[in-house]
Amino acid sequence: MIFPTSPEIGGMGHAVKRKEDARFIQGKGNYVDDVHLPGMVFGHVVRSPYGHARLKSINIENAMKVPGALAVITGADLAAAGLAWMPTLFHDKQMVLATGKVLFQAQEVAFCVATEQYAAADMAELVEVDYEELPVLVDPHKALDPGAPILREDREEKTNHIFHWEVGDRQETQKAIQAGAVTAKVDAVFQRCHPAPLETCGCVADFNPVTGKLTIWLTSQAPHAHRTLFALVGGIPEQNIRVISPDIGGGFGNKVPIYPGYVCAVVASLKLGKPVKWIESRSENLQSTGFARDYHMTAEISADRDGTVKALRVKTLADHGAFNAAAQPSKFPAGLFSICTGSYDFPKAFCEVDGVYTNKAPGGIAYRCSFRVTEAAYLIERAMDVLAYDLKMDPAELRLKNFIPSDKFPYLCPLGWTYDSGDYPAAMNLALKMAGYEDLRKEQAEKRKKGELMGIGISSFTEIVGAGPAHTFDIVGIKMFDSCEIRIHPTGKAIARLGTKSQGQGHETTFPQIIAQELGIPQQDIILEEGDTDTAPYGLGTYASRSTPVAGGATAMASRKIRDKARKIAAHLLEVSEEDLEWEPGKFFVKGAPSKAKTIQEIAFAAYTNLPDGMEAGLEAVHYYDPPNLTFPFGTYICVVDIDKGTGEVKVRRFIAVDDCGNIINPMIVEGQIHGGLTEGLAIAFMQLISYDESGNVQGGNFMDYLLPTAVETPNWETGKTCTPSPHHPIGAKGVGESPNVGSPAAFVNAVVDALSHLGVRHIDMPITPWKVWQILQEKGIT
Amino acid sequence: MAKTHHVHIQLNGGTKEADVDPRLLLIHFIRDVAGQTGTHLGCDTTSCGACTVLLDGRPIKSCTFFAVQADGRKIQTVEGLTHDGKLHPIQEGFHQEHGLQCGFCTPGMMMSALALLEKNPNPTEEEIRWGISGNLCRCTGYQNIVKAIRYAATKMQQKGAAA
Repeated sequence: MIFPTSPEIGGMGHAVKRKEDARFIQGKGNYVDDVHLPGMVFGHVVRSPYGHARLKSINIENAMKVPGALAVITGADLAAAGLAWMPTLFHDKQMVLATGKVLFQAQEVAFCVATEQYAAADMAELVEVDYEELPVLVDPHKALDPGAPILREDREEKTNHIFHWEVGDRQETQKAIQAGAVTAKVDAVFQRCHPAPLETCGCVADFNPVTGKLTIWLTSQAPHAHRTLFALVGGIPEQNIRVISPDIGGGFGNKVPIYPGYVCAVVASLKLGKPVKWIESRSENLQSTGFARDYHMTAEISADRDGTVKALRVKTLADHGAFNAAAQPSKFPAGLFSICTGSYDFPKAFCEVDGVYTNKAPGGIAYRCSFRVTEAAYLIERAMDVLAYDLKMDPAELRLKNFIPSDKFPYLCPLGWTYDSGDYPAAMNLALKMAGYEDLRKEQAEKRKKGELMGIGISSFTEIVGAGPAHTFDIVGIKMFDSCEIRIHPTGKAIARLGTKSQGQGHETTFPQIIAQELGIPQQDIILEEGDTDTAPYGLGTYASRSTPVAGGATAMASRKIRDKARKIAAHLLEVSEEDLEWEPGKFFVKGAPSKAKTIQEIAFAAYTNLPDGMEAGLEAVHYYDPPNLTFPFGTYICVVDIDKGTGEVKVRRFIAVDDCGNIINPMIVEGQIHGGLTEGLAIAFMQLISYDESGNVQGGNFMDYLLPTAVETPNWETGKTCTPSPHHPIGAKGVGESPNVGSPAAFVNAVVDALSHLGVRHIDMPITPWKVWQILQEKGIT
Repeated sequence: MAKTHHVHIQLNGGTKEADVDPRLLLIHFIRDVAGQTGTHLGCDTTSCGACTVLLDGRPIKSCTFFAVQADGRKIQTVEGLTHDGKLHPIQEGFHQEHGLQCGFCTPGMMMSALALLEKNPNPTEEEIRWGISGNLCRCTGYQNIVKAIRYAATKMQQKGAAA
């Protein structure tokens, strides 16, 4: 239960308007490309046109004749400095600039620097690279074939196999599947796609040769971790590196890794002693940085005739491209994919994943996702629908029958996660009611009689967010805590700094609301800063919906440290003992005598002017919060579609989203996050695809080919909520940003398959384009 | 180096003169030559609309338009929306209705909204959705942008009626 605060205080639960809006609506945001420094020069990357080729020679002579040309950096130059390769976050390494050979189209080959942006691009055109083409491997299913070209000559193991990982009980699951009355099976590909934030990646690296200080303005979702990585890899003393993440134009996981372009800009700045700006073009963004998914999955569910599930077996092939640059900090090669039992009470489960190399861009990153939970949620929600069709059961009824019972939380799932809290039937029943589910089914039956195609898709997902507890997560050994430092000024106003970094989530508004809740200081009296490693406490950044579960916990705990000191000061001012005081947001008062009170503002002033003997002056605190467990938001989504038989076009008629993210800090912002995540889910289900032709040419490498939804294709979202607080989180919150993107793809696909299920259709891989649907209709003789 | 051209461009009520390379894109003129960085570059291919500005009152995508083409003409960007320190109703609408998150598409989106409302002061939801269909937003799912533009339409009509 959250103590209600007044609108003036604006604690948790108030739909406070965003503070950050003022600069953005007036064109005064400060994104990386807006940073302009005196003497700044510009970098441009030369990229490989081939998917796999030996690098024979690089001739920079003509490039250096361009007026304004300053330098061309090649892999050989970096190799001389020991920087041709850099470690990835998951036990692999990747080339910064190619040496020996190139392994994917658009791989970084050289870095041109000039006084003007256009001149740097001219130089890149004039760098002559001689390649010898090599056989290309694009199909991950062929990566382990005996005749497959071995891509990574740098590795000792001469194979394209990266890892095998398994979890659960293989034998018991096998037995349960053999013994089951029914086994439902689905083969599903979660396609390679890209988060495509509207701002691409980029940086300004500014090495000052006089002070020895390197300042990097960086599109970074994790500025502190990036500072440490630059220090460890580049050998620059960490105190001499300052990473500033200014305003970020959307991240969605794209801006978690360190990319070669950043390293090149830093090297160029060190070499030239000038600030160097490098900003990706959109094609560079889509072709080389931050792909996601590319999981080729099979799920089998064994069940009784009455629909009770008995076991789940999952086998997956993961295509990581040329380098395993998975930007994920868990201790497991497939991240949190083992959450694949979802919302259901499976007695047995087994999951195995094999990773392989191909001639594609390296990755993958977690696109609005906690490290493969999206793939897992999609798979189980698809498989449950297939089981429902096999059993001729209603998919809602099947889910309700198999939900983890609400009284079984905390719930240890067969693959090892302990779910903190949940009430799945409550979310499902609300969604069914909002949708008018029974009427929809009746309408569908009538439409089918008339030969019309209408589908209803359900997804009852369980999320796993808030990376994470130190025993399960780290980045180069650094535990995945996050932090908050709060300073209360003498006048009772405050500044707070966090180790996270907003990219549109509204932290400048929501985190002050937590402090307002905990201390009663009006939220508008609190400034929040993030993203400058010279000023903010160390934290691991914003991705995987971790800011609220982790930094939110830190913010509440730092506030409580301040409240503890404030209590001592209040007791001193009121001349009573601490035990005689009671707290409500904004003041301490004497038990039984509420008029004898000291406000937090009076206490703040006293912290600098009138302290008890022996107490240190000031009123501030810092807290590093290592969460005891992850949080498990959940929800039920229902999608209604109509299909045009003539064109195969799918129209999303309605979409009902019931989310449970525990206690809510700002309902306006939560709803906005849900709208946005659902729209990204819509894009994945129907549009987004990065594919490669047989020669390794990337398809979908610009916004003319990589389709994203506009306002016209996007439906109105109908949102609802239930509230099941996290029992272990200081403010009972769970996080919400990625839930709609995790839960919705299955709802869209289930709806389309549902519309065609009476024709025997059981699965369609994403993206579901009109062309795909039209082909199915032709095959089934529907016109 | 190609011969430069001297251009006068009326930008948000002032005039910016410069000798420019004929290939200089208008977006780079606005951002780098005139130093008004509110307009953003999102895709380079006229697809996303982050760079939308008004050219003589009509929306164009400044990433595929040369600065020399704008010589002698009038450009309005997000920086030209605020008057005498007062927010334009479209800016107010985006704030009140939570029509933005990361803010990167917002300047271009607001310029498209302005062009729409000047042509059609009382658009339906469908007309709004088509009116901004050249502008991508990756954060909001558009629903609150539609509301923001409705808010602005109502406010602008009230103002018009009062005047």
